[in-house]
Amino acid sequence: MFSSPTVRVSFLFLGIALVALLFADIAITAANPWKDLGRFFLGVVTPDFFSSEGVAVALLRTVAFAFVGVALGSLCGFALSLVYRNPIVRTFCAFIRAIHELFWALIFLQFFGFHPLTGVLAIAIPYSGIFAKVYSEILEEADPVPGRLLPPGTSTISRFLYTRIPDCWVQLRTYTAYRLECGLRSSAILGFVGLPTLGFFLESAFSQGHYSEAGAMLILFYVVIATMPLWVRPRLLPIYVLGAPFFLGEGLPIVWGNVERFFTQDIVPSPIRNGEGFSGLLTWLNDVMVTEALPGIWNTLVLTQIALVATGIIALLAFPLISAHFGGPVRRTGGHIFLVVVRSTPEYILAYILLQLWGPSMLPAVIALALHNGGIIGHLIGRQTSAIRLRPDAPIGFNRYTYELVPRVYRSFLAFLFYRWEIIMRETAILGILGIYTLGFYVDSAIQNIQFDRAMILIVITALLNIGIDVLGRFIRRKLALQTMPTC
Amino acid sequence: MALNLIRKFAAASGLLFAFSAAVSAQTLVFTAIPDEDETKLVERFRGIADYLSENLEVDVRYIPVKSYAAAVSAFRNNQVQLAWFGGLSGVQARSLVPGSQAIAQGVEDKAFYSHIIAHESTGLNEMDELSDELRGKTFTFGSKGSTSGRLIPEYYIREAFSEAPEDVFSRVGFSGNHTRTLRLVEAGTYDVGAINFSVWDKETKAGNVDQDAVKVIWTTPSYPNYQWSIRGDADERFGEGFTDRVQKALLNMKDKELLNSFPRSGFIPVSNDAYKPIEVVGKQIGIID
Repeated sequence: MFSSPTVRVSFLFLGIALVALLFADIAITAANPWKDLGRFFLGVVTPDFFSSEGVAVALLRTVAFAFVGVALGSLCGFALSLVYRNPIVRTFCAFIRAIHELFWALIFLQFFGFHPLTGVLAIAIPYSGIFAKVYSEILEEADPVPGRLLPPGTSTISRFLYTRIPDCWVQLRTYTAYRLECGLRSSAILGFVGLPTLGFFLESAFSQGHYSEAGAMLILFYVVIATMPLWVRPRLLPIYVLGAPFFLGEGLPIVWGNVERFFTQDIVPSPIRNGEGFSGLLTWLNDVMVTEALPGIWNTLVLTQIALVATGIIALLAFPLISAHFGGPVRRTGGHIFLVVVRSTPEYILAYILLQLWGPSMLPAVIALALHNGGIIGHLIGRQTSAIRLRPDAPIGFNRYTYELVPRVYRSFLAFLFYRWEIIMRETAILGILGIYTLGFYVDSAIQNIQFDRAMILIVITALLNIGIDVLGRFIRRKLALQTMPTC
Repeated sequence: MALNLIRKFAAASGLLFAFSAAVSAQTLVFTAIPDEDETKLVERFRGIADYLSENLEVDVRYIPVKSYAAAVSAFRNNQVQLAWFGGLSGVQARSLVPGSQAIAQGVEDKAFYSHIIAHESTGLNEMDELSDELRGKTFTFGSKGSTSGRLIPEYYIREAFSEAPEDVFSRVGFSGNHTRTLRLVEAGTYDVGAINFSVWDKETKAGNVDQDAVKVIWTTPSYPNYQWSIRGDADERFGEGFTDRVQKALLNMKDKELLNSFPRSGFIPVSNDAYKPIEVVGKQIGIID
């Protein structure tokens, strides 16, 4: 069994996660975790849709920010994808997408303040980097033959528009639509740092224990996402995109002097600002590294590795829920609903809910990351297995699962998992804002202390860590010859 | 085609700017640190906004924020001109905005104090000094940027144990605000927590505290806390003497219901110098550079 490289890699990661567990802070500290969880579920089944006047507006804003951010991101991403071969562009894109939307929002909040531009850019910038990468991958896959058949003298632009684009159009469109769904989730969580989207009200309702109100908001959010195929129609898109900027809310006016101040003073390391010279800078850097960066990196890595393996386990357990090879239509519908709910709920919100209920430790974060990402991978794998045709006399039940289906989808399962490795790390870092001691915790603390120089250094370190994991993930995928297709 | 799209988009976002300028220069915008449940804050400060706009004859608008730092940043960035800060956030904000002044504090803020509260399962009783019984317990502060929920309690913990809180307690958290601290310790999620006396008294009086589950075990010496701070360029923007008028309006606030919502018995004049001790402590702990 160990002769197979995929099995060896699987056990290697399982081993790393088990070792990480020894160092991880896993605990339920709440005195009555199940009572609170029960109260929360009671709230979800007794939603109160009319408690807060702001909810309808918040939903509208959530959708508006998603549309404007994703539209701007896809335009810039498309432009960048045309020059993606350039190593500078490549590195630039890797860098901007390695910084989470919430970090971008926290940065822009410091100089644009509560202006809609903060939310729009927080989505558009990282999405540009992601779009650039995926669009360029899609365009590269296009069949080059039609282009070669055109008569000489055809302009590059015509060649591109008439041969490449039509060939990739469906994939480009599917991916962009898919990203819009991600954009809705990103938009929702921006509320947690003060933008007027759903997260703003969700956080208030939750922190005050108004579970029926929170339940109503979650249900409305699921409805918006689940009904996307109904209301996001190609013909209506231009109307949405052009109309959305008018529904972002008015916010507060930008004071441009703040932008200059941020870049010329705030993020300059304080020893340089105070003229303490090079030795002062070294002491300062050393202090940041030892007291904040290193513990943050360690906890981020520990949590990421545990969450990665937990994600894999959840995905493998969850895919039979929607697979055509198990259970009848009733159970499959239940499975679909479950998976839609876990993958539509942003990790951040799931982690927030569980942290409120169980108290602070890495456990809520692991469960949240595993449920969300496992739900996504489980959904993709489950769909794949439904396309597999088994022999009429194939074994049933547990044997069908272990001997027929898992071996057939295991490679693509691993491909998805390694693809999501970097995404899990990005989220792990950001969950620090909720009080788990990952890098986000130290970034948030620096911002709370109005020490933006520290915050920026820590954000850059987080980005570099993500880029590192991305490169490693790609290396492993190439080594194992795993094919991937982009997922959110 | 792509260019055209970009142009259209640029036009649309241009409109977005036009719309955002709808807040006129004559609107006084203010904020407050989110130290309690949001519903309570929104209710309280909408009342204040109405009161101020009546007295000052300008539009007054309150914007809620999600963190102490967001309140400081909004003040610094001139997106709000007036703010209800804690001791620490006020010091931070005023050091970033030259000419800004603390103009009024609550009567109670002159000698404010924090309680250390404990869950009954810890068996802890009232103590004269922070004792070793606290070691190894789990502990929650309020917000990271809070004076009464973090700065002052941390200062006394460091003084008593000569160690950082992380080394004294088995787990240190930040609940976010005082109401959350109370709920978390009451529920036993944390053994011990730091809360300001004002929120504790208000919740106790309102019957929202389970006296069997949680009690005060220690109280800090007094220190100056909450205050209204205004930007130095307020007169320039709203006309000569505006700062004085705002101060007068705040000092003259007699509406029982408004005052009770803080809760404060009234407001008294104060100056920046009154918060020197807070600045000193902030520097010692490393929260202020």
